[in-house]
Amino acid sequence: MLQVYGTELRSRLLLGSSRFPSPAVLSEAVRASRAQVVTVSLRRESSGERAGQGFWSIIRELGVKVLPNTAGCHSVKEAVTTAHMAREVFGTPWIKLEVIGEDDTLQPDVFGLVEAARILAGEGFEVFPYTTEDLVVADRLLDAGCRVLMPWGAPIGSGRGLNNLFGLKAMRAHFRDVPLVIDAGIGVPSHAAQAMELGFDAVLINTAVAQAADPVRMAAAFAQAVEAGCAAREAGPMEPRDMAAPSTPVIGTAFLR
Amino acid sequence: MKILVNGALRDTRAGDLAAALQELGYGDAVVATALNGEFVPAGSRTGARLAEGDRLEVLAPMQGG
Repeated sequence: MLQVYGTELRSRLLLGSSRFPSPAVLSEAVRASRAQVVTVSLRRESSGERAGQGFWSIIRELGVKVLPNTAGCHSVKEAVTTAHMAREVFGTPWIKLEVIGEDDTLQPDVFGLVEAARILAGEGFEVFPYTTEDLVVADRLLDAGCRVLMPWGAPIGSGRGLNNLFGLKAMRAHFRDVPLVIDAGIGVPSHAAQAMELGFDAVLINTAVAQAADPVRMAAAFAQAVEAGCAAREAGPMEPRDMAAPSTPVIGTAFLR
Repeated sequence: MKILVNGALRDTRAGDLAAALQELGYGDAVVATALNGEFVPAGSRTGARLAEGDRLEVLAPMQGG
Protein backbone atom coordinates (compact mmCIF):
# COMPACT_ATOMS: atom_id res chain seq x y z
CA MET A 1 0.00 0.00 0.00
CA LEU A 2 1.23 3.49 -0.82
CA GLN A 3 2.20 5.63 2.17
CA VAL A 4 2.44 9.41 1.89
CA TYR A 5 3.28 11.42 4.98
CA GLY A 6 2.09 8.56 7.17
CA THR A 7 -1.25 8.18 5.36
CA GLU A 8 -1.92 4.85 3.66
CA LEU A 9 -3.62 5.07 0.29
CA ARG A 10 -5.26 2.05 -1.29
CA SER A 11 -5.90 3.87 -4.55
CA ARG A 12 -2.95 5.03 -6.60
CA LEU A 13 -5.09 7.40 -8.61
CA LEU A 14 -5.40 10.97 -7.37
CA LEU A 15 -8.07 13.03 -9.09
CA GLY A 16 -8.33 16.75 -9.77
CA SER A 17 -11.72 18.40 -9.34
CA SER A 18 -11.47 21.05 -12.05
CA ARG A 19 -13.11 21.48 -15.47
CA PHE A 20 -15.92 18.94 -14.97
CA PRO A 21 -19.16 19.72 -16.84
CA SER A 22 -21.17 19.81 -13.60
CA PRO A 23 -20.85 19.16 -9.86
CA ALA A 24 -22.95 16.00 -10.25
CA VAL A 25 -20.58 14.61 -12.88
CA LEU A 26 -17.61 15.48 -10.68
CA SER A 27 -19.11 13.50 -7.78
CA GLU A 28 -19.88 10.51 -9.97
CA ALA A 29 -16.43 10.60 -11.53
CA VAL A 30 -14.72 10.66 -8.14
CA ARG A 31 -16.70 7.59 -7.10
CA ALA A 32 -15.98 5.80 -10.38
CA SER A 33 -12.26 6.57 -10.11
CA ARG A 34 -12.12 5.10 -6.58
CA ALA A 35 -9.69 7.94 -5.78
CA GLN A 36 -9.17 8.65 -2.10
CA VAL A 37 -7.43 11.96 -2.72
CA VAL A 38 -8.98 14.87 -4.64
CA THR A 39 -7.16 18.10 -5.39
CA VAL A 40 -8.86 21.40 -4.67
CA SER A 41 -7.99 25.07 -4.83
CA LEU A 42 -8.85 28.50 -3.45
CA ARG A 43 -10.38 31.29 -5.47
CA ARG A 44 -12.07 34.61 -4.84
CA GLU A 45 -15.51 34.15 -3.29
CA SER A 46 -18.43 36.40 -4.15
CA SER A 47 -20.60 37.12 -1.13
CA GLY A 48 -23.66 36.91 -3.38
CA GLU A 49 -23.09 33.68 -5.28
CA ARG A 50 -21.09 31.81 -2.62
CA ALA A 51 -20.07 29.24 -5.24
CA GLY A 52 -17.22 28.03 -3.07
CA GLN A 53 -19.52 27.03 -0.22
CA GLY A 54 -21.55 24.74 -2.49
CA PHE A 55 -18.43 23.18 -3.96
CA TRP A 56 -16.98 22.55 -0.52
CA SER A 57 -20.10 20.74 0.68
CA ILE A 58 -19.99 18.48 -2.40
CA ILE A 59 -16.38 17.54 -1.70
CA ARG A 60 -17.08 16.90 1.98
CA GLU A 61 -19.97 14.61 1.09
CA LEU A 62 -17.59 12.47 -0.97
CA GLY A 63 -15.57 11.65 2.14
CA VAL A 64 -12.23 11.96 0.33
CA LYS A 65 -8.98 13.41 1.55
CA VAL A 66 -8.33 16.79 -0.03
CA LEU A 67 -5.03 17.97 -1.43
CA PRO A 68 -5.19 21.77 -1.80
CA ASN A 69 -3.00 23.31 -4.49
CA THR A 70 -1.32 26.65 -5.00
CA ALA A 71 -2.23 26.76 -8.70
CA GLY A 72 -1.73 30.11 -10.38
CA CYS A 73 1.02 31.25 -8.04
CA HIS A 74 4.08 32.68 -9.77
CA SER A 75 6.12 33.73 -6.75
CA VAL A 76 7.29 32.21 -3.48
CA LYS A 77 5.32 34.75 -1.47
CA GLU A 78 2.07 34.05 -3.34
CA ALA A 79 2.51 30.30 -2.94
CA VAL A 80 3.35 30.48 0.76
CA THR A 81 0.45 32.83 1.51
CA THR A 82 -1.95 30.64 -0.48
CA ALA A 83 -0.72 27.59 1.44
CA HIS A 84 -1.44 29.33 4.74
CA MET A 85 -4.95 30.21 3.58
CA ALA A 86 -5.55 26.67 2.30
CA ARG A 87 -4.44 25.10 5.58
CA GLU A 88 -6.98 27.17 7.47
CA VAL A 89 -9.88 26.55 5.07
CA PHE A 90 -9.30 22.86 4.36
CA GLY A 91 -7.88 21.88 7.75
CA THR A 92 -5.00 19.85 6.34
CA PRO A 93 -1.22 20.26 6.38
CA TRP A 94 -1.09 18.77 2.87
CA ILE A 95 -0.26 21.20 0.10
CA LYS A 96 0.33 20.55 -3.58
CA LEU A 97 2.92 23.20 -4.15
CA GLU A 98 2.94 24.85 -7.56
CA VAL A 99 5.14 27.82 -8.38
CA ILE A 100 4.69 28.46 -12.07
CA GLY A 101 7.63 29.86 -13.99
CA GLU A 102 6.46 29.95 -17.58
CA ASP A 103 2.95 30.51 -18.88
CA ASP A 104 2.99 28.61 -22.18
CA THR A 105 4.08 25.32 -20.68
CA LEU A 106 3.10 26.00 -17.04
CA GLN A 107 6.56 24.70 -16.26
CA PRO A 108 7.41 25.00 -12.57
CA ASP A 109 9.84 27.66 -11.43
CA VAL A 110 12.01 25.10 -9.68
CA PHE A 111 14.11 27.73 -7.88
CA GLY A 112 11.04 29.30 -6.31
CA LEU A 113 9.61 25.84 -5.71
CA VAL A 114 12.56 24.74 -3.59
CA GLU A 115 12.51 28.00 -1.64
CA ALA A 116 8.77 27.80 -0.96
CA ALA A 117 9.01 24.10 -0.07
CA ARG A 118 11.70 24.83 2.51
CA ILE A 119 9.60 27.58 4.13
CA LEU A 120 6.43 25.49 4.21
CA ALA A 121 8.07 22.27 5.41
CA GLY A 122 9.66 24.32 8.20
CA GLU A 123 6.19 25.46 9.21
CA GLY A 124 4.83 21.92 9.44
CA PHE A 125 3.28 21.60 6.00
CA GLU A 126 3.43 18.26 4.22
CA VAL A 127 4.51 19.39 0.78
CA PHE A 128 3.69 17.68 -2.53
CA PRO A 129 5.83 19.66 -4.98
CA TYR A 130 4.85 19.84 -8.64
CA THR A 131 8.27 19.58 -10.24
CA THR A 132 10.14 18.38 -13.31
CA GLU A 133 12.15 15.17 -13.66
CA ASP A 134 15.39 17.05 -12.89
CA LEU A 135 17.37 14.95 -10.41
CA VAL A 136 19.22 17.85 -8.82
CA VAL A 137 16.01 19.76 -8.19
CA ALA A 138 14.50 16.58 -6.75
CA ASP A 139 17.45 16.28 -4.36
CA ARG A 140 17.01 19.89 -3.28
CA LEU A 141 13.30 19.34 -2.67
CA LEU A 142 14.02 16.32 -0.48
CA ASP A 143 16.64 18.34 1.37
CA ALA A 144 14.02 21.07 1.86
CA GLY A 145 11.79 18.56 3.66
CA CYS A 146 9.56 17.09 0.93
CA ARG A 147 8.78 13.40 1.39
CA VAL A 148 6.87 13.02 -1.88
CA LEU A 149 7.77 14.30 -5.35
CA MET A 150 5.37 14.97 -8.18
CA PRO A 151 7.20 15.17 -11.51
CA TRP A 152 5.26 16.23 -14.57
CA GLY A 153 4.61 13.78 -17.37
CA ALA A 154 3.97 16.63 -19.82
CA PRO A 155 2.65 20.21 -19.54
CA ILE A 156 -0.54 20.56 -17.50
CA GLY A 157 -3.65 19.86 -19.56
CA SER A 158 -1.67 18.83 -22.66
CA GLY A 159 -2.56 15.12 -22.58
CA ARG A 160 0.76 14.24 -24.16
CA GLY A 161 1.67 11.46 -21.74
CA LEU A 162 5.18 10.80 -20.50
CA ASN A 163 7.30 13.21 -22.56
CA ASN A 164 10.71 12.36 -21.18
CA LEU A 165 10.82 8.62 -20.61
CA PHE A 166 14.57 8.57 -20.08
CA GLY A 167 14.40 11.32 -17.46
CA LEU A 168 11.47 9.76 -15.63
CA LYS A 169 13.09 6.32 -15.60
CA ALA A 170 16.28 7.87 -14.25
CA MET A 171 14.28 9.61 -11.54
CA ARG A 172 12.57 6.37 -10.53
CA ALA A 173 15.89 4.54 -10.43
CA HIS A 174 17.62 7.30 -8.49
CA PHE A 175 14.98 7.77 -5.77
CA ARG A 176 13.94 4.20 -5.06
CA ASP A 177 12.35 4.88 -1.69
CA VAL A 178 10.66 8.23 -2.35
CA PRO A 179 6.97 8.17 -3.32
CA LEU A 180 6.84 9.57 -6.86
CA VAL A 181 3.53 10.71 -8.31
CA ILE A 182 3.23 11.59 -11.99
CA ASP A 183 1.35 14.88 -12.01
CA ALA A 184 0.15 16.55 -15.19
CA GLY A 185 0.13 15.70 -18.86
CA ILE A 186 -1.53 12.29 -18.78
CA GLY A 187 -4.11 12.08 -21.55
CA VAL A 188 -5.37 8.50 -21.78
CA PRO A 189 -5.44 5.46 -19.49
CA SER A 190 -2.52 3.82 -21.33
CA HIS A 191 -0.30 6.73 -20.21
CA ALA A 192 -1.29 6.07 -16.61
CA ALA A 193 -0.68 2.35 -16.99
CA GLN A 194 2.74 3.11 -18.48
CA ALA A 195 3.63 5.33 -15.52
CA MET A 196 2.71 2.55 -13.12
CA GLU A 197 4.59 -0.07 -15.16
CA LEU A 198 7.68 2.13 -14.89
CA GLY A 199 7.36 1.91 -11.13
CA PHE A 200 5.82 5.25 -10.26
CA ASP A 201 3.77 5.13 -7.10
CA ALA A 202 0.68 6.97 -8.29
CA VAL A 203 -0.70 9.32 -10.91
CA LEU A 204 -2.66 12.54 -10.57
CA ILE A 205 -5.22 13.07 -13.32
CA ASN A 206 -7.63 15.90 -13.97
CA THR A 207 -8.24 17.17 -17.50
CA ALA A 208 -8.10 13.72 -19.11
CA VAL A 209 -11.12 12.68 -17.04
CA ALA A 210 -12.96 16.00 -16.73
CA GLN A 211 -12.81 16.83 -20.44
CA ALA A 212 -13.65 13.35 -21.74
CA ALA A 213 -16.95 13.01 -23.57
CA ASP A 214 -18.05 10.74 -20.71
CA PRO A 215 -16.02 11.70 -17.62
CA VAL A 216 -17.52 9.05 -15.37
CA ARG A 217 -16.70 6.22 -17.76
CA MET A 218 -13.21 7.66 -18.31
CA ALA A 219 -12.66 7.83 -14.54
CA ALA A 220 -13.45 4.13 -14.30
CA ALA A 221 -11.12 3.42 -17.24
CA PHE A 222 -8.28 5.24 -15.49
CA ALA A 223 -8.93 3.29 -12.30
CA GLN A 224 -8.58 0.03 -14.23
CA ALA A 225 -5.44 1.23 -16.04
CA VAL A 226 -3.74 2.28 -12.82
CA GLU A 227 -4.57 -1.05 -11.18
CA ALA A 228 -3.39 -2.98 -14.25
CA GLY A 229 -0.13 -1.02 -14.48
CA CYS A 230 0.56 -1.48 -10.80
CA ALA A 231 -0.14 -5.22 -10.95
CA ALA A 232 2.08 -5.54 -14.03
CA ARG A 233 4.94 -3.78 -12.26
CA GLU A 234 4.62 -6.11 -9.28
CA ALA A 235 4.43 -9.11 -11.60
CA GLY A 236 7.80 -8.21 -13.15
CA PRO A 237 7.57 -7.31 -16.86
CA MET A 238 9.77 -9.20 -19.34
CA GLU A 239 12.85 -7.52 -20.76
CA PRO A 240 12.34 -6.25 -24.31
CA ARG A 241 14.73 -7.53 -26.99
CA ASP A 242 15.59 -6.44 -30.50
CA MET A 243 15.06 -9.70 -32.40
CA ALA A 244 12.17 -12.14 -32.46
CA ALA A 245 12.07 -15.11 -30.13
CA PRO A 246 9.53 -17.79 -31.14
CA SER A 247 6.94 -18.33 -28.48
CA THR A 248 5.90 -21.72 -29.83
CA PRO A 249 8.50 -24.47 -29.18
CA VAL A 250 10.74 -25.12 -32.21
CA ILE A 251 11.58 -28.65 -31.17
CA GLY A 252 9.05 -31.08 -32.64
CA THR A 253 8.08 -28.85 -35.56
CA ALA A 254 6.69 -31.06 -38.37
CA PHE A 255 8.86 -31.42 -41.48
CA LEU A 256 6.40 -30.60 -44.25
CA ARG A 257 8.56 -29.18 -47.05
CA MET B 1 -14.11 54.37 3.50
CA LYS B 2 -13.35 52.59 0.26
CA ILE B 3 -11.44 49.33 0.13
CA LEU B 4 -10.76 46.83 -2.64
CA VAL B 5 -12.52 43.52 -2.01
CA ASN B 6 -11.40 40.82 -4.42
CA GLY B 7 -10.36 43.55 -6.82
CA ALA B 8 -13.64 45.51 -6.70
CA LEU B 9 -14.04 48.85 -4.96
CA ARG B 10 -16.45 48.59 -2.01
CA ASP B 11 -17.66 51.01 0.65
CA THR B 12 -17.43 49.91 4.25
CA ARG B 13 -17.93 51.43 7.66
CA ALA B 14 -16.41 48.43 9.41
CA GLY B 15 -13.50 49.13 11.69
CA ASP B 16 -11.91 45.75 11.45
CA LEU B 17 -11.78 42.73 9.16
CA ALA B 18 -14.28 40.63 11.13
CA ALA B 19 -16.88 43.40 10.95
CA ALA B 20 -16.17 43.97 7.26
CA LEU B 21 -16.85 40.31 6.43
CA GLN B 22 -20.21 40.53 8.19
CA GLU B 23 -21.07 43.79 6.48
CA LEU B 24 -20.06 42.48 3.05
CA GLY B 25 -22.34 39.47 3.42
CA TYR B 26 -19.90 36.64 4.04
CA GLY B 27 -21.46 35.82 7.41
CA ASP B 28 -20.51 32.29 8.41
CA ALA B 29 -19.05 31.32 5.01
CA VAL B 30 -15.92 29.17 4.95
CA VAL B 31 -13.36 31.66 3.69
CA ALA B 32 -9.73 32.60 4.17
CA THR B 33 -8.63 36.22 4.17
CA ALA B 34 -5.59 38.23 3.22
CA LEU B 35 -5.13 41.94 3.80
CA ASN B 36 -2.69 43.80 1.55
CA GLY B 37 -1.16 40.48 0.51
CA GLU B 38 -0.69 39.13 4.04
CA PHE B 39 -2.70 36.18 5.36
CA VAL B 40 -4.97 37.09 8.27
CA PRO B 41 -6.00 33.94 10.20
CA ALA B 42 -9.64 33.70 11.25
CA GLY B 43 -8.66 34.18 14.88
CA SER B 44 -6.99 37.49 14.10
CA ARG B 45 -9.77 39.12 12.06
CA THR B 46 -11.21 40.86 15.08
CA GLY B 47 -8.91 43.75 15.71
CA ALA B 48 -7.34 43.67 12.22
CA ARG B 49 -7.86 47.36 11.46
CA LEU B 50 -8.87 48.51 8.01
CA ALA B 51 -7.70 51.67 6.29
CA GLU B 52 -8.72 53.55 3.16
CA GLY B 53 -7.49 51.79 0.03
CA ASP B 54 -6.76 48.46 1.74
CA ARG B 55 -6.77 45.39 -0.50
CA LEU B 56 -8.82 42.55 0.95
CA GLU B 57 -8.85 39.09 -0.59
CA VAL B 58 -11.61 36.69 0.45
CA LEU B 59 -11.01 33.17 -0.85
CA ALA B 60 -13.09 30.00 -0.66
CA PRO B 61 -12.77 26.36 -1.74
CA MET B 62 -12.87 25.94 -5.49
CA GLN B 63 -12.21 23.29 -8.13
CA GLY B 64 -8.51 22.61 -8.62
CA GLY B 65 -6.24 20.26 -10.47
